[in-house]
Amino acid sequence: MIDKVADGFCRRLKALIYKEFLQICRDSSSILIGAILPVVLILLIGYGISLDVKKVPMAVVMEDTSPTAQHALDFLNGSEYFSPWYVYSMNEAKQLLKKREVDAILQVPPDFSEKLQKRQSSLQLILYGVDSTTAMAVQSYIEGSVRQKNIALSKSVFPQKGRVVIENRMWFNDANTSTWYFVPGLMMLIMTIVGVFLTALVMAREWERGTLESLFVTPVKLLELLLAKIIPYFCIAMLGFGLCLFTAKFLYEVPIHGSIWIIIFASVLYLFTALGLGLVISAITKSQFLACQVSLIVSFLPALMLTGFLYDLRCVPEWIARIGGVLPSTYYLDLLKSLFLAGNNWTMIIKNCGVLTLYAIFFLGIALKVTKKKVG
Amino acid sequence: MTDAKIILAEHLTKEFPIHRSTRKITALHEVDFSVLKGTLTALIGPDGAGKTTLMRLIAGLMEPSAGQLLVLGMKTQGNEQNIQNRISYMPQRFGLYEDLTIQENMNLYADLHGIDKNVREERFSHLLEMTGLKNFTERQAGKLSGGMKQKLGLACTLVRSPELLLLDEPTVGVDPLSRRELWEILQQLVKEEALSVFVSTAYMEEAALCQEVLVMNAGRLLKRGTPADLCSIAKGRCYKAWPKANMPTRILQTMLLDDKEHVVDAVPEGGAVRFIQQNEKEKPRPELNAEPVEERLEDGFMILLHQDKRKHEKNSLSKKNKIFFSGEYSLSEKVDIEVRDLVRKFGDFTAVANTSFQVHAGEVFGLLGPNGAGKTTTFRMLCGLLPITSGFLRVAGVDLRTARTQARANIGYVAQKFSLYGNLSVRENLLFYGGAYGMASKRLKRRMEEVLEEFQLNGQEDKAAGELPGGFKQRLSMAVALLHEPKILFLDEPTSGIDPLARRDFWRQITVLAAKGTTIIITTHFMEEAEYCDRIMIQDQGKLLAIGAPQEIREKVGTKEAGMNEVFIKIIENARERKRLGEKYDR
Repeated sequence: MIDKVADGFCRRLKALIYKEFLQICRDSSSILIGAILPVVLILLIGYGISLDVKKVPMAVVMEDTSPTAQHALDFLNGSEYFSPWYVYSMNEAKQLLKKREVDAILQVPPDFSEKLQKRQSSLQLILYGVDSTTAMAVQSYIEGSVRQKNIALSKSVFPQKGRVVIENRMWFNDANTSTWYFVPGLMMLIMTIVGVFLTALVMAREWERGTLESLFVTPVKLLELLLAKIIPYFCIAMLGFGLCLFTAKFLYEVPIHGSIWIIIFASVLYLFTALGLGLVISAITKSQFLACQVSLIVSFLPALMLTGFLYDLRCVPEWIARIGGVLPSTYYLDLLKSLFLAGNNWTMIIKNCGVLTLYAIFFLGIALKVTKKKVG
Repeated sequence: MTDAKIILAEHLTKEFPIHRSTRKITALHEVDFSVLKGTLTALIGPDGAGKTTLMRLIAGLMEPSAGQLLVLGMKTQGNEQNIQNRISYMPQRFGLYEDLTIQENMNLYADLHGIDKNVREERFSHLLEMTGLKNFTERQAGKLSGGMKQKLGLACTLVRSPELLLLDEPTVGVDPLSRRELWEILQQLVKEEALSVFVSTAYMEEAALCQEVLVMNAGRLLKRGTPADLCSIAKGRCYKAWPKANMPTRILQTMLLDDKEHVVDAVPEGGAVRFIQQNEKEKPRPELNAEPVEERLEDGFMILLHQDKRKHEKNSLSKKNKIFFSGEYSLSEKVDIEVRDLVRKFGDFTAVANTSFQVHAGEVFGLLGPNGAGKTTTFRMLCGLLPITSGFLRVAGVDLRTARTQARANIGYVAQKFSLYGNLSVRENLLFYGGAYGMASKRLKRRMEEVLEEFQLNGQEDKAAGELPGGFKQRLSMAVALLHEPKILFLDEPTSGIDPLARRDFWRQITVLAAKGTTIIITTHFMEEAEYCDRIMIQDQGKLLAIGAPQEIREKVGTKEAGMNEVFIKIIENARERKRLGEKYDR
């Protein structure tokens, strides 16, 4: 008897999953969203969008043309951070700044070399403050470069005196490349898109087209219907995940300091959460358009804005950070970032995996509860 | 005894809450009936009667609000899965997977029902043979015609022989030819496998093929009996009268309908008007020269509907516009629409091929054809909604290629779907469209009063358009389309989705309008409605097959007094036969 029940279960599940795969193969949009989109996103963000500021156009007003001054500023030449534009009057530089042809002005006063001998020399830096991120970055580059130059100069002038050298180092992202920082976030986004968005959409399509009404009046059980949706889209999301991981590792050479198995394990947990949420959304909305809107609002946008992907959660108002703290994606992202860039932090792994497990159980449970073999 | 009753309903009631309201819609009200094992039982009733709700309740897809429902001897509540394991159900729109092939769709259902491989082979080949889908098994379901889709739906439902087969309007939106084929399949299966079938339908001739008939209206069960029982309601009350020379049949029909004291219902048919007397003892007026005809299921149904309407709806339309008829009628010489060699292509696909015809002023012109025949495409080109690929098209004396806006000022258009603003009131809708047509406020005010009167919308002005009942919505759409007094009125499937009584009212309006000189072009999939038209045009697969007065077409096909359905089937069959012979010859 039990054998027979299990037999029926497997047969029906197999038939439904086979159907789902046929549909996925025939309708390219699922593959597009699940596998192609992640790669496009990672390439776009990796190459196109970068928080690093490089080759900053900068007007350099050389009011002191002595070799000393030129020597003092040689750090500008050949640096990958600056693209200097030498001008000879402040007015000219101001015009360039106004036209936004340069992002900053560095003024070298006429008495620069004179004062340098007295160790009192100064430079004036004018920044285009509208774009504060760039301005801050330029400021820190210049400060850092000047400091280094100072040290070098003081060494050559007073070689006998030892000095404390301040050397900044960014931990866990040695090169401070934002691609490294973005990759874990991208993976989280892709899991969210495939898990919530795609799953909600394909399930809502079945409601909308009436295919479910026909399926309901067969020996099919609810659990079989849900599993037949979860399994194929789990595979697609894992495919997208794999592609991302591959690109990250071999194209951007993102270091993986933590265990790859824990990364995969955490991703599976998060994926179940996302799939559960997707199924809940489709069961409630039962229409593709609504499902699309709802999943954007409750999953994709928060995952983008509130999880610390774009803005660090410690820099936002507390109530927003609290909302972020409720989202499963925040825990997943946190975990991914630390696993990629820092290494195995067991307290965090256990805590965040625990949270994700609870969320997965919660959403899948709700999905099973709210989906009913009823219409109208 | 109980197990002989495969469905048993007692005081079955189903209510739906209205969104943001404490009121409820009653879809089914205290329905009592039973269906016997091994019978073919039909459920008939107009749209909105509660047929689909009843089907879904039986299939365990909804829960009754009150009363009891036993299916296969089990209460539906709590036994849904048990029932669903043993019955088969074909919803109104069968959920085929459009990107799966015929074979894959059938395999899926066979797997779900657990059909053994060896049984399956035989069953499939039998079903495919019957449905005529044998040669298309590798075609994707989305690429099938409407009729083929329904047949595939039926095949998927019947991958095994169920204890009870539920079919919810299996032939809705299917052309007459496919409809007949579907019923042949159904009858054959009932005979072969002694199936118990419960089928809902809007077509009376289909109900006549069943052993038992249930008649529903507005959630109430009106009558239960054999087709013969239903026919006998109209016994001795049915007559046929011919219009005088030069009088369109629809004028005579309207006159008879207006004679409410003596006539229950009248409908044009085969060039004559078939009508039902209120009283069987009373003979029709002698000047009609009416002769008695045999009663039909539909006559009984119409009598029941009229009785039910009188009983439950007090505010029926009593005041009607008098019909005006001068006694002389002939086709006007003036041509309002001229079409020559009209072609429309979508990529490689020719939706309309070399079509030429004329529509005269004051004429009622019908466009008929099965789904995909090209009638909607033709229609859209006539209204200037779709550019033409090639050919010549003149509407109200204006070439549509050069002066589309000008042509539009002369036409009114009623779309198939209700396309007014649901949350604006009747008055606001009229004001808005008046503004959109650029009418001066004085003229608009006058016209608004006129159309409200004409379409009996007085008293409804401040109701939201979306909350009006179906028939009223229809009338409001017409009122809006006629606001700017167009010369030509286009109606796209105006009568689909409204009940037969509202349809009679609708055609009465059309008759009045045509008598006043408005040219009317109409598409419909109800073939019998061709009888209201002065001339009709029949299309299939983009080609014009026949054009002329209904009577002329009938004579051409050689079925002088046949209903329009048969005429239609014959024309399509002839054309397809010719095509097949031609193809053979070519080879």
